[in-house]
Amino acid sequence: MAGHRALPRLDSQNRAFWTGGAEGELRIMHCADCDGYIHPPRPICRHCLSEQVAPRAVSGTGVIDTFTVNHQKWHPAMEVPFVLARVALDDAPGVYLTTNIINCDVEAVDIGDRVRVVFEQQDDVYLPLFERIES
Amino acid sequence: MSSTDAYITGIGQSEVGMKLPRAPLLLTLDAVREALADAGLDISQIDGVSTYPGRVPQMLGFSPVGADELIDALGIRATWYAGGGEISSQLGAVVAAATAVKAGLARHVICFRTVYEAGAMANPDEYPMSRRDRVDGASQWTAPFNALSAACWVAQYAMRHVKRYGMTREQLAQIALTGRAHARLNPRAMVREPLSMDEYMAARLISTPLCLFDCDRYTDASTVLIVSAGDALGDVTCTPVRLAAMAGSVERHSWDQAEWMANYPTGADLWKQTDYTPADVDTVQLYDGFSFLALTWLEALGFCEVGEGGQFIEGGKRIALDGELPLNTFGGQLGAGRLHGFGFAHESVVQLRGQGGERQIPGDPRVAVATSGGGPLATALLLARD
Repeated sequence: MAGHRALPRLDSQNRAFWTGGAEGELRIMHCADCDGYIHPPRPICRHCLSEQVAPRAVSGTGVIDTFTVNHQKWHPAMEVPFVLARVALDDAPGVYLTTNIINCDVEAVDIGDRVRVVFEQQDDVYLPLFERIES
Repeated sequence: MSSTDAYITGIGQSEVGMKLPRAPLLLTLDAVREALADAGLDISQIDGVSTYPGRVPQMLGFSPVGADELIDALGIRATWYAGGGEISSQLGAVVAAATAVKAGLARHVICFRTVYEAGAMANPDEYPMSRRDRVDGASQWTAPFNALSAACWVAQYAMRHVKRYGMTREQLAQIALTGRAHARLNPRAMVREPLSMDEYMAARLISTPLCLFDCDRYTDASTVLIVSAGDALGDVTCTPVRLAAMAGSVERHSWDQAEWMANYPTGADLWKQTDYTPADVDTVQLYDGFSFLALTWLEALGFCEVGEGGQFIEGGKRIALDGELPLNTFGGQLGAGRLHGFGFAHESVVQLRGQGGERQIPGDPRVAVATSGGGPLATALLLARD
């Protein structure tokens, strides 16, 4: 699904997440004190209030928690249908990413499907999209 | 000075439509005038104003009038006021007003919600939409993936009901079919043509499992509720409706990080504030900006078990005007228009006073539930006529 995407404005809090794909890494904020993950990224651990937090590369695999097949063209350049999903990351408990599931038929996607990250670069942003891991 | 209870006294509503020529501040005035007349109050007796989400300059159609402007425009002498989006959804503005009158900070508070999304789209010179090169804040986590509408976010919760509990489109359709059937009996409803199951099932999909008729439409309207202190009821001539319980919550303030929707804890919390139980409720007015939200409110409020909302409304008889739990008797947002939360409280008062005309539910209704939101934000009000 190519075409126009709204891109995030990069700042000190979100840059690691949106640019980690340049090194092939999906980076989620991690707490050194309680081993918890924090998303959206902030300089505080939401589990223990520690400030000992830093972006950490995770495996980039996960499970489709839920999804929808979007049919509506929200702007004229949008190519439809496409799959929107919420992916639960394997090694960052409690963190979900809204994303697109690509490289498969839209009707093939289901809750529970295993997926892995695929980065799509647009300008200085590396969007973490996901594709199904064929079993 | 304090009073133990808060009441909704006067209610008012402007014309409801699309691309109305009347400016949003004047629509607000229309609703204020009707509410004052309904309550038997003069504007000089109003000493508070509460609104959601306040004036939103970058999306004027979404919220063109703020509390500041209304107070000055109508010459209100306010001893308390509030307006903003950082509250547990639209009817959170009513909770704020009730809290203020209970604390003795004001006696009669105008609560209002004015929407002008259709009118603004038609007149971009007057109501410009600001476009930024980049997105930030919460929308950065969804917009880059073209999840550009709340429809896409609600659809993902709805899909879990489809997959986990077997909810069908035919079941979900009953929210829209019921709303549209009731809207035909509401002279102010925006959509007054009936909707059949065949039309619903043939409708184009927006974001599965939601179709066109599961989503509300841009509307121009203003709705006003006057919240009054219990010890100020001597000022009014209308039948007051007591705010018997109120609850609200936020789940991560995020559509994708929340494990589940905010209406579930809110619904449970509502019953902790009161001796009333779901069995006492005569009618429910449940937020249906998207049909699925109303279905989940039925579960959240304990009218059925979690996951059984689809079966509960199947066939539609139970939630019809003459059913055991009449739902969205004014048409809901899917029929009456996107009044954005306030319509549900307005209609609760209409029904509890027996003023519904052709759409009045039978019997002697005394207890109603009105809700707003349902995703990451939720508010529920229990209203009682004593």
